[in-house]
Amino acid sequence: MSLESLTVARIRAQLLSRERSAVELAREALQAAEQGNQATNAFITISPERALEAAQRVDQRIARGEDPGPLAGVPVAVKDVIVTKGVRTTCGSRILKDYIPPYDATAVERLEAAGGVIIGKTNCDEFAMGSSNENSAYGPVRNPKALDRVPGGSSGGSAASVAQGTSVVSLGSDTGGSVRLPASFCGCVGITPTYGRVSRYGLVAFASSLDHIGPFGRNVRDAAALLQAIAGRDPRDATSAAAPVEDYAAAMNGDVRGLRVGLPREYMKGLPAETGALIYRAVDELTRLGCSIHEINLPHTEYAIACYYIIATAEASSNLARYDGVRYTTRAKDSGTLASMYRNTREEGFGAECKRRILLGTYVLSHGYYDAFYLKAQRARALIARDYAEAFREVDLIAGPVSPTPAFQLGEKTADPLEMYLADIYTVTGDLAGVPCMSVPCGETAEGLPVGLQIIAPHFQEGRMLRLAEAYERAVRR
Amino acid sequence: MSTSAPVLADPAVIAKYEPVIGLEVHVQIGTRTKIFCACPTGFGAPPNTNVCPVCLGMPGALPVLNRRAVEMAVQAALALECRINPYSRLARKNYFYPDLPKGYQISQYDQPLAGHGGIEILTGGSPKRIGITRAHLEDDAGKSIHDGFSDSDRYTYVDLNRSGTPLIEIVSEPDLRSSSEAYDYLTALKEILQFIGVSDCDMEKGNLRCDANVSVRLRGAPRFGTKAEVKNLNSFRFLKAALDYEIARQVAVLEGGGTVVQETRLYNPDTGETVSMRGKEHAHDYRYFPEPDLAPLRISPEWLEELRSAMPELPARRRRRFLADYGLREYDAGVLTQSRDLSDYFEQAAAAAGDPRLAANWIMGDLAGLLKHAGKEIADSPVSAAHLGELLSLIARGSVTSKLAKEILPRMFESGEGPHAIMEREGLETITDSGELERIVAQVIAANPKQVEQYRGGKASVLSFFMGQVMKATRGQADPAAVTGLLKEKL
Repeated sequence: MSLESLTVARIRAQLLSRERSAVELAREALQAAEQGNQATNAFITISPERALEAAQRVDQRIARGEDPGPLAGVPVAVKDVIVTKGVRTTCGSRILKDYIPPYDATAVERLEAAGGVIIGKTNCDEFAMGSSNENSAYGPVRNPKALDRVPGGSSGGSAASVAQGTSVVSLGSDTGGSVRLPASFCGCVGITPTYGRVSRYGLVAFASSLDHIGPFGRNVRDAAALLQAIAGRDPRDATSAAAPVEDYAAAMNGDVRGLRVGLPREYMKGLPAETGALIYRAVDELTRLGCSIHEINLPHTEYAIACYYIIATAEASSNLARYDGVRYTTRAKDSGTLASMYRNTREEGFGAECKRRILLGTYVLSHGYYDAFYLKAQRARALIARDYAEAFREVDLIAGPVSPTPAFQLGEKTADPLEMYLADIYTVTGDLAGVPCMSVPCGETAEGLPVGLQIIAPHFQEGRMLRLAEAYERAVRR
Repeated sequence: MSTSAPVLADPAVIAKYEPVIGLEVHVQIGTRTKIFCACPTGFGAPPNTNVCPVCLGMPGALPVLNRRAVEMAVQAALALECRINPYSRLARKNYFYPDLPKGYQISQYDQPLAGHGGIEILTGGSPKRIGITRAHLEDDAGKSIHDGFSDSDRYTYVDLNRSGTPLIEIVSEPDLRSSSEAYDYLTALKEILQFIGVSDCDMEKGNLRCDANVSVRLRGAPRFGTKAEVKNLNSFRFLKAALDYEIARQVAVLEGGGTVVQETRLYNPDTGETVSMRGKEHAHDYRYFPEPDLAPLRISPEWLEELRSAMPELPARRRRRFLADYGLREYDAGVLTQSRDLSDYFEQAAAAAGDPRLAANWIMGDLAGLLKHAGKEIADSPVSAAHLGELLSLIARGSVTSKLAKEILPRMFESGEGPHAIMEREGLETITDSGELERIVAQVIAANPKQVEQYRGGKASVLSFFMGQVMKATRGQADPAAVTGLLKEKL
């Protein structure tokens, strides 16, 4: 029986009825991951020991008659930028190829406490920098829906694993679209929660003010179940929010009739025809579900990519300074001086895209340039956030495309970084504003390539966002 | 620079110039735990044991600001008469160094915790106000150990126990005009911070460190000269020696027709010289930006008031109060407010004694002598302030003579007991029974008829002879006033 047909709810039912054990399921998942990896390269590290220990704990809980937790026995894949105690965490980089973290990320702790079984660490763009998953020191990930195409990045392995059926849900991270883009390209659900909703403790920083941990699932309910398990205040992350966490399952049972959904003009104009047609078809479906559709403006969208690449690279240049060869980083050999150890370690350890962003970020923070770049970008960011705040006075949710195009060919855009950056044009604004957003599959192109519908909600309104996504998903699957 | 110019100028030449000095002082805040994690701040633990993912700068770890460190920094800033900014930000200061695990220090930049303060120092006997530009929070780096290992010729070792220790950086205005003023300023700063309990300011443990910005100009010149930053002034002695050297060096450069270069110089205590570390063109670009992992620091008026009211009274204010309320002499008030322990002790003893000046004399006299002899601090005095006050109240009431009290105090110091316990045990009670005293006085008068005659013949000074005889007979336990009265009456 394939993992592909399993859901969080079905696994729970099977375990509780003793149809199978968590350990049996973990073994199947581990095997599927090994085999599937040959096609997609979705995993960097598969972690049988950790998986089987977690599965045993679930089986013991069931044997003792205890509640095994909402994610009981669910095989989970975790992006390799989220630290796992005792399990190598590379961040897709050569510079951390032997790094074994001494602690677990809060999200990892929480998902295991809920009964989740981590089967491995998924491939990604180096330090989450990329839109295609081609910037990994461990090779690109192939899109399970079309093996000659990219899965999207940077959480390509997490999306591919769920789509391929080598895990049931997975964790990714989103800084400029890195959950929603691969979800859209691989045809699964990906959620970027409100900034501060999920603790970043243990998420290796790319751009701290933009980084989010977010879940993937093959359906909205599964992704929401994982979000439920990891959301909430964490005293170890000073930017995590104290706001109470909604019961997402209950929120999804609510009615979507009467919801006002905004359609940003800036997103829809110039959208390639095929993607546009699928998005408009999805919007029609929302109308059938009883939502009202309103055209809205997000006037500062045009500044988003520039703004994003200044702030994100500035923070990255600082966040990546710690990989210096002194401690856990793989140190370059035969360096005679401190300066040459730094230089050689970083020259050998970082890939081209990381170096490009470190250089950009160092530049924009430099004396004399700070005001012109960093400060100006922060002002643009405030305007982009205000666009959303104003839009949400008129509408309850916003819908639109995730990306202008479906998954592109491997190697198609690697020569032109700017064209690659533009793949994130509809996703970076959500990260800049810190609002929750998600991608839900809304059909396929003529070539059979999945396309995602993006839904964006006001801060901490994940419940409302999930309700619409789930209603839409149910409607189109019928 | 002229090649024939001497390295250091002569004192007579230096006197033509006015030094301009500002100090940057880093003080460890005495919290139990580090500024961004829960690791202990203790000194002397084995290397790399007081560490965790946060202070090791492990990937994914995040800082959480220690509330207590903020509170103590606010109190320090209040003590330095700074304005506390209701909104400040932590900022990253980026640079590479092996003992800086994150690759940046978390400090404050354009929005510091506090500023616009100042303290009064006594320099050459007269008061002078030294402005405080700003005071801000930051974390300390670890320690690089370059020597002492068998492979120290090839490797440097790093101990990260210190990493994440909370510091407050206090930047003075360029108000200091000599190395002695700098010395006096640092002394005053240290006294204040110790007094309010923010830091032990132990320079040997690296808990107080100092850098200086130094320039010189011809006396009367309107503008400041080019400054050099001198680092590593980590003892009071080094501070003075390094500043004197640097001043003489800069004067020699100018006198030789050269110009002072803006640069960072390192003081070498072994040679007593400052040497160039890096020039302006190699100055670090720290690429400061707001720390995205920490929310802006907001100090509400309520919180500020709470912290202000929880602060002990500062030395300067206490000194003024001691003068006004207790009528102490200027010198005594100065001595008694040198430390918080001493001034607290004094106030308790004075209250119990009912005579502040008497308390001041005894604390600075006999008690200080005993403490010094025993090598103890006032905080460890075996004679409690209450016990001393009790003894002094007996003097004030005339129940014990000063002479007797001087015998009792050392015994109190030895045993830790109160005065009554000792007097009872050793039979040292002052004779207050007037019947007994009357009998002794009568005896003394009867035994010395010749002196009685002299007294009655008008030689009043003979009274002291009788007094001595009575005291001898009572082993000093008689109240002198009572004896005088009785003698006059009977004679």
